[in-house]
Amino acid sequence: MELGPYLILASLEGAVTAAVLALTAVGLSLVFGVMRVVNIAHGEFFMLGAVIAWWVAHITGGHPAIGFALALIVAPVLVGVIAVAADMTILKRLDYDPERTIVATIGLLYIIQQLTLMTYGPEARPVEAPFNTRLAIPWFKNGEDGWQMIWPWGLGTTSYKLAVIGAAVTVLLGVWALMKRTRIGLVMRATQADREMALAFGIPVERVYAMVFGLGAALAALAAVLIVPIQQAHYLMGGDPLLLSFIVVIIGGLGSLPGTVLAAVLIGLSDGIISVFFSPTLAKILATLLVGLVLVFRPQGLLGKRGV
Amino acid sequence: MSARAKIIALHGGLLVLLFVLQFILPAYHHGNLARIMVLASYAVGYNILFGYTGLLSLGHALFFAAGMYGMGLGIQHLGLTVAPAMLAGVIAGAVVSGALALLALRTAGVAFMIVTLMFAQAGYLTVLYFGEYTRGDEGFVIQQAQRMLWGIDLSDPTNRYFAALMLFALCLIVSLWLVRHPFGKTLIAIRENEERVRMLGYNIYTHKLIAMVVSGTISATAGAAYGLLFGYAGASFASVQYSIFPLLWVLLGGAGTVLGPFIGTLFMFYLIDLSSGITTAYMLIAGVVLVLLTLFAPQGLAGELRNRIWRWLP
Amino acid sequence: MTILSTQELSRHFDGLQAVRNVSLGIPAGQVRALIGPNGAGKTTLVGMISGRIPPSSGRVHFDGADITALPAHVRIRRGMAYTFQITSVFERLPAQENVTLAARRHLKAPEVDSATLEALERVGLLELRDQEAGDLAYGHQRLLEIAMGLVQRPRLLILDEPTQGLTDSEIAGFKKLVRELAGKTTILLIEHNMNVVMEVADQVTVLNFGEVLAEGTPDDIRADRAVQAAYLGTG
Repeated sequence: MELGPYLILASLEGAVTAAVLALTAVGLSLVFGVMRVVNIAHGEFFMLGAVIAWWVAHITGGHPAIGFALALIVAPVLVGVIAVAADMTILKRLDYDPERTIVATIGLLYIIQQLTLMTYGPEARPVEAPFNTRLAIPWFKNGEDGWQMIWPWGLGTTSYKLAVIGAAVTVLLGVWALMKRTRIGLVMRATQADREMALAFGIPVERVYAMVFGLGAALAALAAVLIVPIQQAHYLMGGDPLLLSFIVVIIGGLGSLPGTVLAAVLIGLSDGIISVFFSPTLAKILATLLVGLVLVFRPQGLLGKRGV
Repeated sequence: MSARAKIIALHGGLLVLLFVLQFILPAYHHGNLARIMVLASYAVGYNILFGYTGLLSLGHALFFAAGMYGMGLGIQHLGLTVAPAMLAGVIAGAVVSGALALLALRTAGVAFMIVTLMFAQAGYLTVLYFGEYTRGDEGFVIQQAQRMLWGIDLSDPTNRYFAALMLFALCLIVSLWLVRHPFGKTLIAIRENEERVRMLGYNIYTHKLIAMVVSGTISATAGAAYGLLFGYAGASFASVQYSIFPLLWVLLGGAGTVLGPFIGTLFMFYLIDLSSGITTAYMLIAGVVLVLLTLFAPQGLAGELRNRIWRWLP
Repeated sequence: MTILSTQELSRHFDGLQAVRNVSLGIPAGQVRALIGPNGAGKTTLVGMISGRIPPSSGRVHFDGADITALPAHVRIRRGMAYTFQITSVFERLPAQENVTLAARRHLKAPEVDSATLEALERVGLLELRDQEAGDLAYGHQRLLEIAMGLVQRPRLLILDEPTQGLTDSEIAGFKKLVRELAGKTTILLIEHNMNVVMEVADQVTVLNFGEVLAEGTPDDIRADRAVQAAYLGTG
């Protein structure tokens, strides 16, 4: 394939990665922004979303769309409930102390991951996409007969991938509207700005925290449900989304939602293109070093303006 | 008895007990205890930074692995003998921890934790990337013939136990000496109230830098010894899990106590050993213990002991 | 001889001018009180002198050298001692260890123990030396702060509201202590208690809205109409 069509293909794949990544990272960013909690178990909530999606699709049977549609609702809700329970039994008791909550969420990571291993097992299992029409993409080429429209082999996408991008954009707009246009969003932003002041104004900060932690986890689970027809559900699949979300949240500026989305798009799009030039391991090495160095030399994030 | 005499009696007593045990224990536990002593040395190194200086690192596997690979690659590819290979491991640990300290100590708190986590992860991936030399996840075996130190075969269980005990005793004594030395007391003060220490005229940055290099070098020494005594180096020792383990051991045993790392490693080792007979998901135990400790016993076993009975415990 | 001087020292936080063009000169051995209403910029000013807060502009000289660019710990090592306004002792360490930590940076090893005990004695905490600092009464923690300053044998001792929370008898002890030090140690004292200021200070500087409003002997200040209007509220 020529470079032109190849870049289009890489950008399309990158857009799918970016969409899913944006959802996951916004969940992490929300939790850090409002609660100042670094949730190391975030990737496991993602993994749980995918595994629950498989369970739901497996039990439902019938047309794949039915099971998938059900999973879209059940997985985020269930994962959200688990996260709320974890918040109320663990994080709340630690008084949201930043360092101790990190240690506790590391423990949570192993608990969720290993319980999944014990119940779901070590296999990777696919979920069938609700619809999956192949869409070829034309390319224009200046040949002997002037400009011509051709259909290069391999250049194309599926209706499902486009739907993932559309769904992610819709959900992100929904989150944005929730934060900016509703009373709940106002309460969350007030809590983020000044916890003590929010308490003084009678905002039930603990309930807000539980809700935010649940919402953050639900977003990760939703992202996983969207991606599971393309990847597969596996008990160790939480590692990469966690690392990538960290990268995105740190580069976008800790706790800033627009920065997070922008960084997710940048990282997602460049991911496809970078992997053309580097081996995946080298790309990961560079990415982790980048996160470390950004935190050391530009803690407000590459895209952020103010310090945290 | 004065506090000093009690401290010497208790810690010396443990070392004597460990020495005597090697003649009594059945082979299985004999081997386990050798492993535990090397891993406890790693925890002792971790404790200097986390327990005494108050810096929570999530990247100590980088130092453990630096020691292990500094030693292992030296033997495997440079044809070094045991003593220079050990030295190479120790130096690798000192250099790597010094370099990471220069970067990571520009941050504090949560950022310090994430930075150490990220650099350690980069280290782990680097081990995988250079699979041609490190053999990646699969790792490489250090042959019995390559494990001879001054005519002593370190793969022999008794010699190995004795070497592990020597290493652990050395780390324990260094740790005990350090925390009773003015420098160590300043580290404790930094943990308690950094700004006050600065305003007493101490250079916080240099103190933390030295603490991190000492901690990293001890961890690397343990890593090198582990590879040498058990004859194997693999990428899993550089993974996040091996950064979490010393945190877990030290939290369980008691952060900021000299004996805590050993107690925590001993308990955790046998907890996982027992549970791995029941399930493959033995890391579940680690997760549950971590959560329970942060919730109910942040002081750990030796810390609770100090709070309740032995106020003099260092 | 002037031991400490500031030239046109200023500091603003996000547009708020906390300290504006303050120039001071304190002769060696003087007890200088720094007074002013809340928010006048006193703590910011001593923060810039001790190196906790970098100035926006201006310079600080100590003992004949320009120390504006030096970090706090180097200034302390050159002979400044700073006691915190909000009690900042090592709560989980014994009182004696608190003072020892302060002594060790400044004295030779053999002197540390005797100097520590002497400083504890001077503030009346010798009996309580084995107690954890966090278990001490609030007033005793303030005195421990002062002992941590004293034991460094500083040439300049900066005391930020040392008598806050002390009982009357403890305040009397504090005044006696300052009088003993006077002439040997230069003291910069932020103080709200006017009795203490009037009794122990050689010279008083009044800050208001970040600027020097007046400077003079305690009697001058008491008589100054501008000070009365701005600060004492009796003008």
